[in-house]
This record gives sequence, C-alpha cells and structure tokens, in this order.
Amino acid sequence: MKTTNIASLLLGIALGLFAGGLALAQDKTVKVGVLTDNSGLYSDLGGAGSTLAAQMAIEDFGLVAKGWKIDLISADHQNKPDIGTNIGRQWIDVEKVDIFMDVLNSGVALAVNNLVKEKNSIMINTGAATSDLTNAQCSANTIHWVYDTYMLANSTGQALVKAGGDTWFFLTADYAFGAALERDTTAVVVKAGGKVIGSVKHPLNTADFSSFLLQAQASKAKIIGMANAGGDTTNTIKQAAEFGIVAGGQKLAGLLLFITDVHSLGLKVAQGLNFTETFYWDLNDGTRAFSARFSERAKSKARPSMVQAGVYSGLIHYFKTLEAMGGNPHDGAKVVAKMKEMPTDDPLFGKGSIRADGRKIHPAYLFEVKKPEESKGPWDYYKLVGTTPAEQAFRPLSESSCPLVKK
Amino acid sequence: MQALYAQLLVGLINGSFYALLSLGLAVIFGMLNIINFAHGALYMMGAFCAYFLLDLAGIGYWWALIIAPIAVGIFGMILERTLLQWLSGLDHLYGLLLTFGIALIVQGIFQNYFGSSGLPYAIPDELKGGMNLGFMFLPIYRGWVVVFSLVICLITWYLIERTRLGAYLRAATENPTLVRAFGINVPRMITLTYGLGVGLAALAGVLSAPINQVRPLMGADLIIVVFAVVVIGGMGSIMGSIITGFALGVIEGLTKYFYPEASNTVVFVLMVLVLLVKPSGLTGRTI
Repeated sequence: MKTTNIASLLLGIALGLFAGGLALAQDKTVKVGVLTDNSGLYSDLGGAGSTLAAQMAIEDFGLVAKGWKIDLISADHQNKPDIGTNIGRQWIDVEKVDIFMDVLNSGVALAVNNLVKEKNSIMINTGAATSDLTNAQCSANTIHWVYDTYMLANSTGQALVKAGGDTWFFLTADYAFGAALERDTTAVVVKAGGKVIGSVKHPLNTADFSSFLLQAQASKAKIIGMANAGGDTTNTIKQAAEFGIVAGGQKLAGLLLFITDVHSLGLKVAQGLNFTETFYWDLNDGTRAFSARFSERAKSKARPSMVQAGVYSGLIHYFKTLEAMGGNPHDGAKVVAKMKEMPTDDPLFGKGSIRADGRKIHPAYLFEVKKPEESKGPWDYYKLVGTTPAEQAFRPLSESSCPLVKK
Repeated sequence: MQALYAQLLVGLINGSFYALLSLGLAVIFGMLNIINFAHGALYMMGAFCAYFLLDLAGIGYWWALIIAPIAVGIFGMILERTLLQWLSGLDHLYGLLLTFGIALIVQGIFQNYFGSSGLPYAIPDELKGGMNLGFMFLPIYRGWVVVFSLVICLITWYLIERTRLGAYLRAATENPTLVRAFGINVPRMITLTYGLGVGLAALAGVLSAPINQVRPLMGADLIIVVFAVVVIGGMGSIMGSIITGFALGVIEGLTKYFYPEASNTVVFVLMVLVLLVKPSGLTGRTI
C-alpha cells in the first residue's frame, strides 16, 4: 500500500513537472513591436516601411502556418526619448510585447536600451547609429543589427582622408547621435593623420543651414563632415550648393546617408557623394528579389532603406531562434544568448554573425552616387566603390569597453 | 569681423521669411481678429503648389509666384466662407482651435501622400549662381528673396494704411455694423482680407521652395517662431511685424554665430522678455 502510494505520488509529481516544463517552453505566442519615427524627419528611412518589413518577415517565415500566434504593433516615438520610453513601458507591461524592432534615433535607442535591460525584453536595433549600444551601454538584451557610427567613420572617414581630405570641419546634430558620429569620425581622421579644425552644433530638425555653412566655409577645411541625418543632411547638401561650397574647392562628406535621402535630393544635387551603407536594393539577386516585393507594397513604390531591410533580416533570425528553441520562453536575455550562438544568413545581408557585445557583423559597402546620365531609372542611384570585410568593418572587440566582452 | 557681416546678411534673409509670414498673420489678426494657426500649413501649400505647377504643368518659378498665391488664396477664401465666418464675434480661442485643426488635417493629408523627406525644387536659372561680396559669397537667389520680400511688405503696408480700400478694411474691423450701414459689403471685405493674408503665406512658400526642401512639415517648424515674431512686434500692427520680422532674423543669425545651440530658443526668450515689459508687443495696440 505505502510503496504504491509513494510511487504514484512520485509519478504524479514527475508528470506534473514534465507537463509544467512543456507548457513553459511550448508557448507559441510572439508579439513584435516596431517603435519608429512615423511623422518626422526620419520617417522615410524607417517609419511605415519598417512596419511593412516586419509584416513581410512574419509572412515569409511561416510560423503562423505552423500553429504560432504572432502579433505586430507599431508606434511613433516622435524622436523624443521620454515618449519612446513611455510607449516601451506600456508595451512591455500591458501589451506583452516580446521584441522591439527599428528604434531609430540614438537618443530614443539609448533610453529604450535601458528599459529593455531592466524588463528583460529584447531590442534588435536597426535604425539608431550610436556605437555606444555595443560599447559602454551594451546589454545582454540588445542586438545592434545594421550599422553604427564606428563603422561609418571607419569606412567613409578613412576613404576620404586617404583621398587627400586631411582637414575637417564638422556640422553636428546636437544630440546623442551627432556627438557619437563626430567623436568616432574624429578618432579615425586623427589616426589617419588628418586634423579637425573646427565644428559647430545645430539643433535637430533645422531648416536653414546658411549660418552654419558660412562658418564651415570660413574655416577653409578641405572636408565638411555632416554629422547629421535624414532631413538635416538633405537640407545641408541642398543649401551648400547655393553657397558655392563645392565649387570653392571644399568637399561635403555625407557620414550617414540613406537611399531615401538621395531620392529626395535628386541625382543632379547628390552626384558624387561618397558614403557607407550595409544594404542596397540592387546589390545582388537576393536584395533585388526582396526589394521588388517590398516596393510593390510600399508607399510611392519606394525601395527599402538599410534600416527597413534590417527589420526584416533581424526578425527572420529571431524567428529562426525561437523555432530552434521550440517555443517562446518570454525571457529576453535567454533568447538573445541563443541568437548569438546561431550564425545569421538571409538574402538581404548574406552570412554574418552576432558577437558577444551584441554587434551583428557583415560587410560594409562604400558607395558613390551616380551622375544623372549614369542612372538607368528611378532608384538606380549607387555604384559600389569599395567593400570592407565584416571582421574589419566594426569596432574590434579588443578596443571594446563593453563588460560583456571577456578579455 | 567678416564672418559677422556674413551672418548678419544671412539673418536678414531669414528675417525676410519671418517678415512675410508675420505680415500675413498680422493682417489676418488685425483685420479679422482670428489667430490663424493654419498659416504654416498654407505656407506649405504655396510651396507644394509651385512644385506641382513645375512637375505637372511645366510652369516655371516666375509664373508660380503669381499663380500659387492666387490659388492658395482662393482656397483660403473658401475656408473662410465655409468654416471661419461662423466664429466671428466669438472668443479668439475658437478661431485658434479651428485653424489649428485645419493645419493638422492639411499637413496630415500631405504627409500621407508625400512622406517627410521632401521634394526637390530647383532655383530658377536666372537666379542661379552668386556674387562674391568680399566678406561672403552671396547666392543671388537669397539676395532676391530679401529684395522681393521687402517690396511686397511695403506694398502691403501701403495698401492697408494709405489707400481707400485699406481704410475700408480697417474701418470694417473696428465697427462692422456702421461700415455696413454705409453700404460697404463687409463680409466680402473680410473674405478678401483672409485671402490676402493666405496669399502672402503662399508667396513666402513659393519663395522658400528652392532653398528649403518642399516638405509637408515645413510650415509646422516655422509657424511657432512666426507667432513669437508677431507677438513681439505687436498683434495687429503691420509695420511692427515687418520690422520685427527682419530684426529677429538678424538676432537669430547672430545667435547662430556666437552660441548656435541656443538659436532655436532665442526668439522665445525675447518674446518672454517683451511680454513681461510690454504685453501688447513693441508697437501693438492693446487687444
């Protein structure tokens, strides 16, 4: 009697634990949140296109057909870190969002980075530039997917100094991103033997750059580095043409440019600009196939920017990881650790990997904007000028101040 | 020293946009007692009108300078007839809310179709290039902007303060019943005045299209500063807004030279100071 009772009790407990364990790992629900700028100066390079890319990733990977429940929500953080964190908090506590995608604007990204670490959620950041996300501010819950200021400085900065641009003047957007880009590019320029002879900070979302451009012109620096992005960069470039800056012998360095910026500038104004991206729709068959499907559903038939391509690529890897784990454990650090174990591979960025500091590495491409007569049609804007292999493109782990990196 | 002169000149150029826009606002407020928050959106519509004229009909800049203000002005007059006229006599707040709502709707519609990156609009060939003034390289187009705005501002001031039509307008807003008794069609005057104010905004939009990207949000960024200009200059004073517009452009330009991080806020700091000392603005009449 006694042994049978104990045996059945033990069996019951074992079965209960087993079933409980199965129930935890077998949760097949995922909620994806795209937090981006839907209405401001960055809304064309992220915005609704990022949400579309996420939608395509969910459809393409096919987990819904395998019995999973995947939800997608998106919100506009309006480039304000406090609004971004409020939305993030509400998403994690109330909406039960598992993963944050895009999160462009370095100020918002750093704020959400802290939130995601605190709440053990996940952020795959495809939009923000600051290299701090995988350096001093690195976290076990964040992966920086597409690009960062170190890579931009390393690729564009070095190429320009090598071509003879040894004196620089910076036009910097006065917030986290501009400061990070100026800092990283200054380091590259100085290391390559150049000099930074001046800089000026302008407020984010400035319409008129004439005053700042005059100061840049007066400095007589060979290169005017634009440490800004989106609407700010296009305004600077347009107005620089008026003041005869390029005609006067100075060169404009676009440290961060997206294809949407070139599209709104037009080839006549943008021709000859050199900058670095990690994705271009016309690079190979894989990128072309994705971009054709994307542009059919995108507003004004636009091609995807590297930020939007990153959302697709990041989500595909996330779903691959969840499938390998057999379910969604709703534990951010655990999933990110597994994501770092698995190499990445998709038609958009090719083969790559995620390092211990959360940095995804892949090759960086130096592009030059075509002249109007070289372009065969709308969105045919870039020619490939150089490639930096993945291992050299990003900050080496030996120089990293990230506590996750074991030295 | 040279750099300073250059910044002053650049400030003058920006000031001419402020002056044109605040002139339109001052006309509308002075004549109609409406705080027209839709001004920024109408400025944007002027720029887009110029873009469409070039893109769809091949009509160039010079014609756009005439057609766009008239087209947007007509739109403004329709707005006044259908929506704003019901608010005459009510508290200022109603006009503010209604025009703010109109601005949001118009901007939203344009943003939905055109995104935020902006559309290119080239400087007309006759105005391309620049002059080397010694202390700076002045783009001819920007010099044209200053001269043209000055002329338009002075014409508008003359129209309102020195002609009979202007006298009717001013009388109609001070005492509409009495003026009506004289047989003057007051509602029509009011509609035309609103159209004039809107036309000025659209003209500023066409002027700015070649130098700023034509974006749906271009007005929203500018309108707040323009309101500060109007408040400083005195709500309702025409000459006050013109002078203040240019002056504030210069002050903002100097701030960008000495302490650029404050360039966004210097106009508002000034507004606070003026309001503390003289609430009706520098040259305004008490509301």
